[in-house]
Formats: sequence, C-alpha cells, structure tokens
Amino acid sequence: MTGVAIVGIGMHAFGRTDGVSGLEQGAAAVRRALADAGASWSDMQFAVGGSASAGSADSLVSTLGLTGLQFTNVANGCATGGTALFTAASAILAGTYDVGVAVGFDKHERGAFRVDSRSAGLGDWYGASGLALTTQFFGMKLNRYMHEHAITRRTLAKVAAKAFRNGAANPMAWRRKPLSEEEVLASSMLSYPLTQYMFCSPGEGGVALVLCRADQARRYSDRPVYLKAVVVRSRRFGSFEVLAPSLALEHNAGPTVDASSAAYEQAGIAPQDVDVAQLQDTETGAEIMHMAENGFCADGDQEQWIADGETEIGGRLPINTDGGCLANGEPIGASGLRQVYESVLQLRGDAGDRQVPGQPRVAYTHVYGAPGISGVTILSR
Amino acid sequence: MRVDVPVDDGVFAITPDGPRLLGTRCTACGTYTFPRQSGCPSCTGTEMLDVQLAPRGTLWTWTVQGFPPKAPPYIGESDPARFVPFGVGYVELPGQLKVEGRLTESDPSRLQIGMQMDLVVVPLSGDDAGNRVVTYAFRPICAAGS
Repeated sequence: MTGVAIVGIGMHAFGRTDGVSGLEQGAAAVRRALADAGASWSDMQFAVGGSASAGSADSLVSTLGLTGLQFTNVANGCATGGTALFTAASAILAGTYDVGVAVGFDKHERGAFRVDSRSAGLGDWYGASGLALTTQFFGMKLNRYMHEHAITRRTLAKVAAKAFRNGAANPMAWRRKPLSEEEVLASSMLSYPLTQYMFCSPGEGGVALVLCRADQARRYSDRPVYLKAVVVRSRRFGSFEVLAPSLALEHNAGPTVDASSAAYEQAGIAPQDVDVAQLQDTETGAEIMHMAENGFCADGDQEQWIADGETEIGGRLPINTDGGCLANGEPIGASGLRQVYESVLQLRGDAGDRQVPGQPRVAYTHVYGAPGISGVTILSR
Repeated sequence: MRVDVPVDDGVFAITPDGPRLLGTRCTACGTYTFPRQSGCPSCTGTEMLDVQLAPRGTLWTWTVQGFPPKAPPYIGESDPARFVPFGVGYVELPGQLKVEGRLTESDPSRLQIGMQMDLVVVPLSGDDAGNRVVTYAFRPICAAGS
C-alpha cells in the first residue's frame, strides 16, 4: 500500500483582514496550494474542508470552479483542520482517490469565544452562570499543574516572549511585535494565573494542502513531505477537559496522550526522533503541559528546558516556530492546518528567518480544543 | 415576598438545610455525575439514580474570571464598568466527584488548593421587586473567621 504525500501548501495571512470573508481567505489558500503543486483545481478529484464560523467549505466551489468533484464538509471543533486532513488522507489510503485538497479557514468575532451551551451538550444554566468560558479551563488546568509540578510564572512569560519573537520572523503571522517577559507579566490578568499576552485570540485565516498518493508525489513536487501519522482522539472517562461541569475522582491522561501515543506507533517514530514541533498553545501554559503530554519530556522538566532555551529555534526541540496560536491567533478551522503548513516549510528548508538549523527530517503537530479533542500528525521528508 | 429562583431547578435545589446539587449515581458501577444524566460515562450503564450531592468538599483547582463574560449567554453583570471578577473552581466532594462552580472568593491570596469549601447560592440578576435569579457557588469555610 502506498502512503500519502503533501505536494502543495497555501495560506492566507492570519490576523484581521477586514473586507475579506473567511470563504475568500479559504479560496486564496487553495489557489496558492494548487500553484505550489503546479496543479489546477480541475485536476483535484476531491476536497475536504471546514470552518467553525465562516460558512460551509463546499461553497468554495462557486469561486474555485464547478468541476463536479466530491466535496465533504467537516466540523470537529478545534480539530476541524486535523479532521479535514485525516479524512482526505483516508480517502487516498483507501485507494478511492489519487489527489485532492484539504482546506480550513475561519473568521471569528473579536473577544473570547462565545460558547453555545446547548450545542456543547450543556444546559443554558452553565453559560448563564458565567461558566461557559474556555479561558477558565486553561487557567484551572494550569493552576493545578503549576501546583503539582513547580512551574513558575516566569516560565509562562518566557513561552509568550518566544512566540512573539518567532511571530516577528513570520510574514504570515498576526502579532509581529516582540514583547518582553516583563510586558507579558504586566498585562491584565484575564484568568489567573494567565495574563492577556499569555493567551491567543480568536482571529482569521485560511490554509490549504494538496495531498496525493505517495507514489505519484514527484509529478507535483520535487520536495514532497510524507504524512507518517494522522490521529484524532476524543476524551475518555477521567480526563480533565474544557467545558466540564464535573470531573471524575479518578484521573486519565486525556486525548492528547492518547492521540500522541497512537501517532508515534502508527509512524514508527519516537519522540526523540522529532526535530521540530508545533503544539497547541491556546495559552502559554498549554504549550508547557503539552510538551509532556506529547511525550517530549517528563512533567516538571519544562521549567529547566525553557530556562535553557531548548524550545527556541536552534534548541534541542524547537516548538511553535511560526509563533503558534499566540502570534497567529486562532481561526479554529485553519489552526491545525497552519501547523502542518509550517512543518512542511521547515522540512523543505523554506522557513526563512525562522528556519530550524540542521535540515530537520521529522516534524510533529498537535491541536487540542473543545470539548476535549486532540489531533496529532507526524510528517517526514 | 422576595424569592430566590434557581437559574435551573434541575441543577440544584434550595432546601431547608441549604442548597443541594442534583446529580445521579450509576446503579451498576457507582459512578456519580453532575448534573443529572441518563447514562453512565464510565461503564455505559443506563440505570441512573437521582441523588443529592455532598454540600462540602475541598478546592481541587481554581482561577479568577477577570473580564466580563459575553451576554448572552451570561445573565450576570457584563458591563465592563461595573463587572466584578469572580472565582471559579473545581471542588472535590469526597467519594463522589469534582464539581465546577463559581467561588465566593476572588482574591488569589485567599484561595488555596486543598482548602475546605461549602455550598451556597449567589445572585446573578434581580428584578425591581427584589426577586433574584441565583446560581450555586462554593465558599471557603474558614472565610468568616479569618
């Protein structure tokens, strides 16, 4: 059986683009991905796409061309992009199609996400009482983690400063101004222990990938990147997740650990083989906790890793080299595919001022979001 | 006469002994849920017994809501000029489960993981006649004497 290759990548800049709809940002991303692959929309046999707030992805055919291809909409919260990729890869692995597109885009209103309690399976009382805020979960999970594993607020600030430094080197990023650790710590407290600049913001953007059978990759690209694993997992009993009115007494590691270990097994790759990683950084504590949940270090070791600069470009494991969610914002439908886009740039050696040295061979991506879902991919040259 | 109306009478009840959270317990494996639900998240059983949950427990983790939640869905004060931060936490009810709720305390220096908490109600909104819509909250037990 053949594998799956990524032979084209395209992005519409993240941030705020007034006057350009989310769908138009998705279409721009698809056109750039096609150009990158040297292919045309009419060559595409199928497409998979999604957005949370910017319309049905399949309506993109109106502007891209009514070629009659199969177009599947996916919706899976923060793992929408990962699910588009999973679904597209599965269609190729099944032998149904040879080449197609995965696309994700979004355009959110300003401010914290407005949670629809009912669609999350919760009563109206939950939002009415002031509990339907994802930001609270991140503050509470982190507060407990810092209590158990001696992570300091200074380390939280270091992660934010790194994100904005990397974002400043990324022409597609939203936040391109470096911020000092002091500025991060002094910004307003949104959800203790997290300040404003430790959180990402809902935003806008679009990303598309052209995927094909690995044995046909050279038709489109002389530098294909191979998808070694793509896994999406929901929560099991006992995990601690966003938007949960109660938790079990017993503890389970959660969907990130489940998705991560399944991905390593699928790829036949170990954490120490990974050269560059993009990890969900809804806030700085999430990046820190996700380092351990994805198997890169033990709980509590992050304090020393980050003090030693090991997650910087040039460190032992560069993390969120494009600035992550903190510098790019979070357009839900596009976020997971942004991580794959950055990974492909890094593996091709095309990441410019933020290129990881030493010609990285293996890249890793991870998204996490409501209501307790994680998506992981492992990619290699 | 002024009355306190629960934000949802299926979530907690105001009893002569104080407010009580309404949960379920699985008759097959003993797992507790809050709020009530028809199936067991642990063993997938479908025979769930209605129970009142323990009114006291220990603080497992917490944060402080520092900005006004969007309205809707929030029915409390959402005007940034008048909004007052409130605590949110999970309280571990011994032998049952951890319940998420508002806290009556919002000063980080007065909140500690492991402290004892009990269940009260707090107002979310009121009408001109003095009736209040209330939700449940956890209060540090030692707060009155400290």
